Amino acid sequence: MSEHAPLGGKLLTKPFLFFAVLFMIALAFLATRFIFGLGSVTNLNDGYPWGIWIVIDVMVGTAFGCAGYSVALLVYILNKGEYHPLVRSAVLAGLFGYGLAGLAVMIDLGRYWQFYTLLWPGFIQVNSVMLEVAWCVMAYIAVLFVEFAPVLLERFGFKNLQQKLSKVMFLIIAVGILLPTMHQSSLGTMAVVAGYQISDLWQTQLLPPLFLISAVLMGYAIVPFESLLASMGLRRPMETGLLAKLSGVTLVVTIFYLVLRFGDLLWRGALGLAFVGNLDAFMFWIENLLFVVPILLLAKRANRNHPRLIFLSAVSLLLAGSIYRINTYIVGYHPFAGGDWHYFPSVGEMMVTIGIFSFEVMLYLLVVKTLPVLHRA
Amino acid sequence: MALNRRDFLKLSAAGVGGALCSGNAQAIQREPKKLPPEAVGMLYDSTLCIGCKACMAACKAANGMPPEQTGEADIMWDTPIELSGKTLNVIKVYRDETVPASAEATLVKDQEKNGYAFVKRHCLHCVDPSCVSACPVSAMTKDPLTGIVEHHKERCIGCRYCVYGCPFGVPKYEYNEAFGQIQKCQFCAHLQAKGELPACCDVCPTGATLFGKVTELQAEAERRMAKQPGDTYVFPRGKLGGDRPPHEAKIPEYRKELYGDKELGGTQILYLAGVPFDKLGLPTNVPDYGYPTLSEGIQHMLYKWMIAPAVLLGGLAYVVHRNTQKSHDDESQSGSDTSSEGGES
Repeated sequence: MSEHAPLGGKLLTKPFLFFAVLFMIALAFLATRFIFGLGSVTNLNDGYPWGIWIVIDVMVGTAFGCAGYSVALLVYILNKGEYHPLVRSAVLAGLFGYGLAGLAVMIDLGRYWQFYTLLWPGFIQVNSVMLEVAWCVMAYIAVLFVEFAPVLLERFGFKNLQQKLSKVMFLIIAVGILLPTMHQSSLGTMAVVAGYQISDLWQTQLLPPLFLISAVLMGYAIVPFESLLASMGLRRPMETGLLAKLSGVTLVVTIFYLVLRFGDLLWRGALGLAFVGNLDAFMFWIENLLFVVPILLLAKRANRNHPRLIFLSAVSLLLAGSIYRINTYIVGYHPFAGGDWHYFPSVGEMMVTIGIFSFEVMLYLLVVKTLPVLHRA
Repeated sequence: MALNRRDFLKLSAAGVGGALCSGNAQAIQREPKKLPPEAVGMLYDSTLCIGCKACMAACKAANGMPPEQTGEADIMWDTPIELSGKTLNVIKVYRDETVPASAEATLVKDQEKNGYAFVKRHCLHCVDPSCVSACPVSAMTKDPLTGIVEHHKERCIGCRYCVYGCPFGVPKYEYNEAFGQIQKCQFCAHLQAKGELPACCDVCPTGATLFGKVTELQAEAERRMAKQPGDTYVFPRGKLGGDRPPHEAKIPEYRKELYGDKELGGTQILYLAGVPFDKLGLPTNVPDYGYPTLSEGIQHMLYKWMIAPAVLLGGLAYVVHRNTQKSHDDESQSGSDTSSEGGES
């Protein structure tokens, strides 16, 4: 028998219906967007062409989806086989994070019906960071499907196919590590061309490694986040021993991230901007203090066995990485030419983002109850 | 002078930062792009502009753009205040804000203090354009000969990366259309193809908007700046070296800089003015190279011929294969079922 098993149980639970309602509200706003244009729902304007549908749904969403990538790094590259029980749920988180980010892109694209030009040899522009991100994300969604395929094959009894797939799986896994390395760093590179428009607190050529490392961190954070929520919500025993070890890895990577982040600020002489009394500086400190919290919580080895502290550091890291992305692309973005622009997401924009995340939770509940994803208790 | 705590922190932080960072970090850059051989452009002389907005009307007519009503709902005429999905060219005004409205009549043209000045906003047709570098589907292109930056809506996916990246805030998306598109000045490429002038240069009554070859326009600007204020000068109209009758006027107090000569790697639209350029909404705190040199520098370092990713993939595949084989063997020895492991991930 497999070491994984479906949870079973009722599908239409109260939480499920709650998230379904949120999703329906989002659909109503989306109908408006497609009939009357982006301006009818969003607060996007001529100064701020990118809002939360790009920065939260896509950039934060895919970073949340880095669970599969981060755990694969541990299991298959650093050869920490003991983390293997986390792989399936991590890949599932990746599939949702990326799949729904892909969906969000289609919602946000102003000319979505011409999406195919991204694949048209005569049109593609190879110097574009956006092109690389688009290709990598599309390819990675496909890779995640293949990585998740054993779950379906196992569930529906295609043993033969499953065995064949397992022979080439090492290659799929390798591609599945390469692609997020490329596009998560490129999501940082994408801000470089905006130049002076992004405050020096965030604008640097080190954006690629900083985005990559923070994405890895968010990937590690989503694992205990999901695992502990599942154990509470679905009354499963906790994988505390494993999570304690993972927390040790998280601690080291977080320290490395902050050394690089502040080293870069000092090197460029930009840290002075953090002591100016404005929104940029305020958000900068919120962002970085949230990165410090997990270090304080996890520094003591004994604390890493404490589910509540692990959960708190995971939440803190997820917020930190999210705010880092929002700060880089929205808060720190100050278009200079042509006027005094402002952006804050509209209710409709927020409801669509909430709706997409709700849809993700619904799919998660559906999948873990019907497919062998979670490690056998 | 009292130094409060915040100022102290600011100073000490700046001191620490400055001490640690003398000189810029070495940037990873690709070669800057060069001015195309037959680059056409425009010299906008703010001191000659009378703010008549004939260029705005001509632009709308030549490009089939709709009127734009801003401000009060019952305004009945075209009143754009900034570039938008409906407006490709706009005349704006700088005004010394410290002068109260009651004393407005005392404002002097082309003077920073107690003064005002006009500026014309539209695409600057950068030598090394951010929009062209950003666009994933070649919907923004730069003509290899004339250097005109054109938009091709039939390719565009509407990602608005060009809008986000443009250092001059030029490309705009039509947010209130179900099937909107990007709009920006294309230097009336359709008129130039017929041997005509861009509509704004054609209609400008004072030669404030002057069409010509970029190198010749640069020389013309140098000639104007070399003269003494008050000297008489013959200002051409329409096209530099064209057959329109010029007009004589006094040389004003120019800032002794030509905006667009080097800013962000240079632009084909050049600006002369009597007030500092940042007052006119032109970014001055910018490097002499375009930002694509930085972003493409990173990309080319990492992805040239896809060599680095290929090598990395080879290494990853090897390590993953070795590590999954090992667990495969271990589990086979322990007699557990092998159908599901190694494979799924």
